[in-house]
Amino acid sequence: MTPAEQPADPLDEAVRAARLFLLAPTLYGGMVLRGSSPAREALVAALGDGIAMRRMPGHVDDERLLGGIDLAASLAAGSPVRQRGLIEEAAGGALITGMAERMDASIAGRLAQALDEGQAALVLCDDATEPDEGPPASLMERLAFACDLSQSRRWQGVELAPAKGTLAAVAPLGEAAMKGLAVTAELLGVDSLRALIFAGEAARGLAALEGRDAAGESDLAGAVRLVLGPRATRFPPEEAPEPPPEDEQDDQPPPPDGERDNQQDSEQQQQEQDLSDILVEAAKAAIPPGLLEQLSQGKAPRRGNTSGTGQKRKAANRGKPLGARPGMPRGGAKLALIDSLRAAVPWQPVRRREQGGDANSPIIMRKEDLRIRRFEERAARVTIFAVDASGSAAAARLAEAKGAVELMLAQAYVTRSEVALVAFRGEMAELLLPPTRSLTRARRSLTELPGGGGTPLAMGLNAARECAEAVIARGRSAALVVLTDGRANIAADGSPGRTQAKVDAEAAAKAIYARGIDSLVVDISARPGPEGAALANAMGGRFLALPRADAKMLQAAINAVQPPRAA
Amino acid sequence: MARFPFSAIVAQDEMKQALLIAAVDPSVGGVMVFGDRGTGKSTAARALASLLPPIMAAEGCPYGASKEDQARYPEVCGQGKMVKRAVPFVDMPLGATEDRVIGSLDLERALRSGEKAFEPGLLAKAHRGFLYIDEINLLEDHLVDLLLDVAASGENVVEREGLSVRHPAKFVLIGSGNPEEGELRPQLLDRFGLSVEVRTPKDIDVRISIMKLVAENEADPQGFSARWADEDTKILNRIAKGKARLPKLVPGEDVLRDAANLCLAVGADGLRGELTLMRAARALAALEGAKSVTRKHLVAIAPSALRHRLRRDVLDETGSTVRITRAIEELFG
Repeated sequence: MTPAEQPADPLDEAVRAARLFLLAPTLYGGMVLRGSSPAREALVAALGDGIAMRRMPGHVDDERLLGGIDLAASLAAGSPVRQRGLIEEAAGGALITGMAERMDASIAGRLAQALDEGQAALVLCDDATEPDEGPPASLMERLAFACDLSQSRRWQGVELAPAKGTLAAVAPLGEAAMKGLAVTAELLGVDSLRALIFAGEAARGLAALEGRDAAGESDLAGAVRLVLGPRATRFPPEEAPEPPPEDEQDDQPPPPDGERDNQQDSEQQQQEQDLSDILVEAAKAAIPPGLLEQLSQGKAPRRGNTSGTGQKRKAANRGKPLGARPGMPRGGAKLALIDSLRAAVPWQPVRRREQGGDANSPIIMRKEDLRIRRFEERAARVTIFAVDASGSAAAARLAEAKGAVELMLAQAYVTRSEVALVAFRGEMAELLLPPTRSLTRARRSLTELPGGGGTPLAMGLNAARECAEAVIARGRSAALVVLTDGRANIAADGSPGRTQAKVDAEAAAKAIYARGIDSLVVDISARPGPEGAALANAMGGRFLALPRADAKMLQAAINAVQPPRAA
Repeated sequence: MARFPFSAIVAQDEMKQALLIAAVDPSVGGVMVFGDRGTGKSTAARALASLLPPIMAAEGCPYGASKEDQARYPEVCGQGKMVKRAVPFVDMPLGATEDRVIGSLDLERALRSGEKAFEPGLLAKAHRGFLYIDEINLLEDHLVDLLLDVAASGENVVEREGLSVRHPAKFVLIGSGNPEEGELRPQLLDRFGLSVEVRTPKDIDVRISIMKLVAENEADPQGFSARWADEDTKILNRIAKGKARLPKLVPGEDVLRDAANLCLAVGADGLRGELTLMRAARALAALEGAKSVTRKHLVAIAPSALRHRLRRDVLDETGSTVRITRAIEELFG
């Protein structure tokens, strides 16, 4: 097929990827299958025929993953019983897990290690619906193929035909082919070298599927579609690219001698040029549509960040230790050994009599002796800034707001709190910065924050409330700081109109009050009117008018309203 | 993935330099590597560990004790005879619990015989080798604290669960992470000796040569290592010579003065900056086989030694590396 041809259904591409994966599971690491659909079920079933698959539940704990002593069995048997971990059990095959977007960072870390060591391959089923969500980035990086099957309309006839040849029979990629891939990766903004290496191996793999002994143009195009396209972080330039490195090169290594070489050189370059054009065309066809939208807005995708920032886990394994209580050490809870032994000791004479042991026999433990440790974890605080970036909140004030957020973040080191940022202007409100401690990321999203447009106050408040609710749902406490002039003129449904906007804003503010979220309204207009105070009142929060303040004053005000957590 | 020869790693010179310095003089402190995924961070760290010659360690000792360790820690290191073993390289996963890191009560023995025995953890395994932590910025703070503490003192002291154990744990800590996903507290950063920033190579030819090397290695790992063995030996010899030369190198008054001036000029907090700068410059001189430590060595290593110690001004966008280079230019011309 010609490289520019659009695949009929995402499933076709996924089938190709799956065949490659089966060809060399550990080489390619595995695949990410996004979107719950019949197509995915069919593909997973077909994969299961080709490779041993072990299902891994999302809540798997360390012991189960890596293996260790099976406590219950050990107690019953009276001698240690080892159990093999899931990774070990899946050796030579693949682990498959659903809801991969919710995977804990610590499990992802273990799996990444297993992948690096080639212990087992991995198939991740990603059920995320938001473009921002996705499996942990550390895993996405290590799996060669990512297929989005959510739009697939087919599910019948998924058949993974075995390869006609083997990878070993395919010659290594030539210079021109590698260059083509490298240039394409560059144009797509794919920085990772792993991706590039995967693309090279995928091209060879595609040749092997067809039983050829060298990777041709169509194989390279296929590899770009399968590996580089889904990883694109920018849209390739429309113009036929004139890659600058090649021009420079022309001057650098002087051709040994004669015009003949020169001629050949430029011919070769022309070919390389054509190749990368073809590959870029192929890549364009493969960039997922949602990504395309994001990219065309000039925004790099933030996939996989959800689990990247070290989210809080349950209090079962961290924090300040409390007393032990009876229970089985599973699901991350740790056995309190001393307490367990202490619980078992008084019963020893009785149990020995029962079992006929003597004073020298080992200590007899039963399940009910087991104690687990408990920890107390302090909830981390997340300060959510809702910043009015409309035209009425003048540009200068916006800069101050940005400054205050940065200062708060610098403090986050000390207080271990996090900061999130919601901006609203024009007809939209968006979560620019999910809760984070990263100064680098925060600064970048702040720099990107544009100003101007109407004031959709209700939207902004709703977005901030949703963010706060998500934070609270994770067991952390949220505080809301709204920086606005309070002059709403866009209603909750995006239509202009001062009256409706005001009603909606009030309703949104009341919803925040009802949810019991700590809030502070900072009026950042040059001449504070009654609107800000009214808004604060409706939110049940405090009000602060800062007509002429710098970032430091603003920060001081925020701190004064929210006393820092006791250490 | 097969082990990749250290000498076959393309570009990333600053990272390679920092790792070699840590190999020559572990007292420099750990190495922190900042950078995106897929830039060869872990490949380089692993390659260095497998490059180093085997060490002599007590047979069967979980701590890989040396003769001196046996003398210092007779109760844990025993009297086993010395055998060769590879330099340990411990890849610590993000989800590691405190128990697994510092060691814990031996469950098996406790349950079987009610005996209180210590089961060594990752720190014991890493003794005399490398402890690599990918995404260290996502590691829980208390674990990072603990690691740096042990790395600095060279000894792991366990006082918990009724255990009271001391064992040697001298290792080079190598952390890596992407600052965009969360940052380390400055207090912790400061305790790393060197820090380097790795970027993915942007040059097409460099990228192509990396692809080629990886493909070659993938196709024939043995042959590939054999082809690079000579280069690896050269590096190994440099490290060995550097180690031998190190005690003889004493930085002169002028170099120390330069180091102090530089630290003052960039506003590096604390004395650790000067000390690391001095040690790292000395190790670099030893590595290069120089007769004495000179300003050239100091300047070459200054960005790695100081970059992570500068007081951060949130409203100043200027990168730390730029600030250091500027200060060097102003001071030394």
